[in-house]
Amino acid sequence: MTDSIIVHDNKNEPVVFTQDELGWLPWLEPFPEADLTERHWAGLVDKSRAKSDYFRLLVRDPEILEARTKTDKDIFYNTADGLPRAERELAAAATSRYNGCIYCASVHARFATVHSKRRDDVQRLLDKGVGTDLGARWNAIVRASVALAATPIAFGEQHVAELRSVGLDDAEIVDVINSAAFFNWANRLMLSLGEPTKGSDA
Amino acid sequence: MGTETSDIIDILAGIEPGSSLDGIRARRLQARENAQKSYLALFEPVEFGDVAAAERYAVAAFVAGIHGEPAATGFYLAELAKAADKLAWADALKAEIDRGRTEGPYGAFPVGPLSVEDKAGLIYRVGADGQRALGARLAAVLEHAHVLVFRPRDASPAAVQALLDAGWSTTAIVTLSQLVAFLSFQVRAVAGLRTLGASLGHQANAAAKAS
Repeated sequence: MTDSIIVHDNKNEPVVFTQDELGWLPWLEPFPEADLTERHWAGLVDKSRAKSDYFRLLVRDPEILEARTKTDKDIFYNTADGLPRAERELAAAATSRYNGCIYCASVHARFATVHSKRRDDVQRLLDKGVGTDLGARWNAIVRASVALAATPIAFGEQHVAELRSVGLDDAEIVDVINSAAFFNWANRLMLSLGEPTKGSDA
Repeated sequence: MGTETSDIIDILAGIEPGSSLDGIRARRLQARENAQKSYLALFEPVEFGDVAAAERYAVAAFVAGIHGEPAATGFYLAELAKAADKLAWADALKAEIDRGRTEGPYGAFPVGPLSVEDKAGLIYRVGADGQRALGARLAAVLEHAHVLVFRPRDASPAAVQALLDAGWSTTAIVTLSQLVAFLSFQVRAVAGLRTLGASLGHQANAAAKAS
């Protein structure tokens, strides 16, 4: 085996949670763009993702990347009869804040801000952590996400009851569960295969 | 129960075809189908490549086990038994699950303002008996899986190097990272849906009593 890790002299490692755009540096060699086959292109789903080191590393196993990407897109973008996009992004950002994924938190905090227009509240979640007061409805979503992210899983009927009490119906509660659960997947990929860096694009 | 389901999340969460939760999941059909396709891509792939079926089920059983999710653990141990004659592995995995159970997430942030949130915890290593029964190659994955489950922010190039040193290829490490990360999603989707399903049952019972 000639495989080896890539060590980065990452002088721009972010040391706080931020809504700024960050880059991401892979610890293993991404699949070469010139060698992508039809199977890899199917795994990437969006052609533009061939430019990303993250996706070209994951595309080394194309089928799981394709299924993961399609799961992700439906959980976050399919808002028919369900939770508003902003609150799905809030669940993703809270999960990332709690697990400690600075890169994932930056992306989804930004999306939460874009869709909610509550930039200061989102920033407070990043600065103060998941215990900060964001109002009853957001508190319920953050608490449910954090309980689901804990190991062992701490999500219980009290979290369902709290989500109902702030107006979520069963389908919207499923959207919270899916969004938060999914970020336990995303966080572990981003954290275990590379590191964030300030400035440049991933 | 109506038609049989083969959807693993439905099976583990106890979602019956035709139930209210079945209907809600059907409204996010692409997510539901691709969560299942993710399972199939990891456990029944086109090609197993550098990670054997038994190794995949063993890691999954360990990850479900250290989450304290008995239904998923039992499911993956049963699949391991079907995939290979690995009784010694099953016993060793159960022992390692007991040794690895703790509470997360913990770990260290990059040195700076977040360091006040650093939290110490178990640095898990496979025991001598486990090393003997499972072999160094699989033991290295269990140790990495434990980092990912409980202290993902402690992941490092050195941890990836340890997998390369144990003989895993770059592609295998991508597959194994996906497997551990997917399991972290799957057990949470199951736990969340199971809890919501139970609360619906209570509501239905309460409504029946009230009427």
